Amino acid sequence: MNPESLARSLAQHPFCKDLTQAQVEFLAGCAKNARYDAGEYLVREGSLADALFLVRSGSVAIESHIPGRGSVKVDTLGPGDIIGWSVLLPPFRWHLDARALAATVVFCLDANCLRGKVQADHSFGYAFTLQLLAAASQRLTHARLQQLDVYKAELR
Amino acid sequence: MTDALLLESMAIVRVRRETSDTFTFDLDARPRGGFRFAPGQFNMLYAFGLGEVPISISGDPLKPAVLTHTIRAVGPTTRALEALKKGDPVGVRGPFGTPWPVDQALGKDVIVVAGGIGLAPLRPAIYSMLSRRQVFGKLCIAYGARTPADILYDKEIEKWRGRIDVDLEVTVDRGDPDWRGHTGVVTGLLRRFELDAERTVAMLCGPEVMMRFAARELESLGVPAACIYLSMERNMKCGVGSCGHCQLGPSFVCKDGPVYPLTKVEPLMSVREL
Ligand SMILES: Cc1cc2nc3c(=O)[nH]c(=O)nc-3n(C[C@H](O)[C@H](O)[C@H](O)COP(=O)(O)OP(=O)(O)OC[C@H]3O[C@@H](n4cnc5c(N)ncnc54)[C@H](O)[C@@H]3O)c2cc1C
Ligand code: FES
Repeated sequence: MNPESLARSLAQHPFCKDLTQAQVEFLAGCAKNARYDAGEYLVREGSLADALFLVRSGSVAIESHIPGRGSVKVDTLGPGDIIGWSVLLPPFRWHLDARALAATVVFCLDANCLRGKVQADHSFGYAFTLQLLAAASQRLTHARLQQLDVYKAELR
Repeated sequence: MTDALLLESMAIVRVRRETSDTFTFDLDARPRGGFRFAPGQFNMLYAFGLGEVPISISGDPLKPAVLTHTIRAVGPTTRALEALKKGDPVGVRGPFGTPWPVDQALGKDVIVVAGGIGLAPLRPAIYSMLSRRQVFGKLCIAYGARTPADILYDKEIEKWRGRIDVDLEVTVDRGDPDWRGHTGVVTGLLRRFELDAERTVAMLCGPEVMMRFAARELESLGVPAACIYLSMERNMKCGVGSCGHCQLGPSFVCKDGPVYPLTKVEPLMSVREL
């Protein structure tokens, strides 16, 4: 895909909805398309966080390995979601596994390239970080609700 | 008009086990000429000699010959209802309360957000919309349960999922190794639906905290607060607005609810029962 059409399709992703066209084009310099088959891992817990993924289609399980219990699914992400919101934060390691549940297409944004652009252009860096923060805040809200275990019966 | 305080005895014609703690029974309404209700309304069900509890009607409003309730056994009265068998009598008073805004949703997109047993009070609204599907815009259903084993009406859910005119997503808070579906909270599903947010009517039912989170998420997607409806629960006794047990701020849930627009109920949602 040439840079212009990559930027055009990147602009359609909800993550980019509040970025200017120039910012999306700047971001597109770090992006490539990637496709994962069902069962394939996008990232493995503990490995280097070298990319941010913007999910375009498909479905991705976020899992953690618990000794004795195997892989426990904690969340399922889909079109419009992002994977890797800690990409700007040291020690740049993945905390969880991400595994495609179905054929999944993503924009894969190179982490080193992103960090370089955020440093080089602070106004882009601000807009980009705000989007990451919005995604992180939404994920945290969901995690809190999940933790509340609201459907559990309070038996008398 | 029926007397709201009059207790009618109706016989159980069918019992279905839904999950380990939840069951559905059909009562025979033919001897009284059928039981008419609006989706969202509830009855006071009396387990003879034990007590009376408010339970939403979960059946099809277009099939008045049977009166259906889905009940989660959580305490003495609901457990006594759980122990009943085909042929046993149940005391019924009702129907009471305000309905889901099905008619206000004509021509609009609809999103139904249900959590846990909250799918039961919404099922009559889903039946009603499916019976005249073409007069609504998109019909989206988001359902969240605790675990895969807690999913209600699983066969029916699969039927709805198979329709091209219904967008349905199911999620569980906690998956198990065999679970192939979505894991995560029901609010996490809401962004997936392609709705015309400003022309969408939302119907929410589930634990209050889940409805609060879901209502906020829908508002952030652009659904007007006045078009978000929730079904509230408070302890009840009379069911007709005279005892004060179910007070929610200046209103009584049995009479002014249980279905309220978010605009009316939002300031009161964190107010405890009085
Ligand atoms: C309008 C309305 C519609 C309802 N529809 C249904 C339904 O379709 N199916 C169903 O299973 N239940 C429904 N309920 C809840 C049901 O009425 C209660 O679970 C029931 O009253 C419990 O009675 P009990 O004697 O078995 O247990 P209790 O001893 O009264 O309660 C057992 C436990 O449940 C909790 N509880 C009791 N009542 C409520 C309530 N209203 N809301 C939240 N927690 C409560 C108590 O705090 C306690 O922890 C509805 C309630 C209302 C107000
Ligand atoms: S239950 Fe008596 S006023 Fe509502």
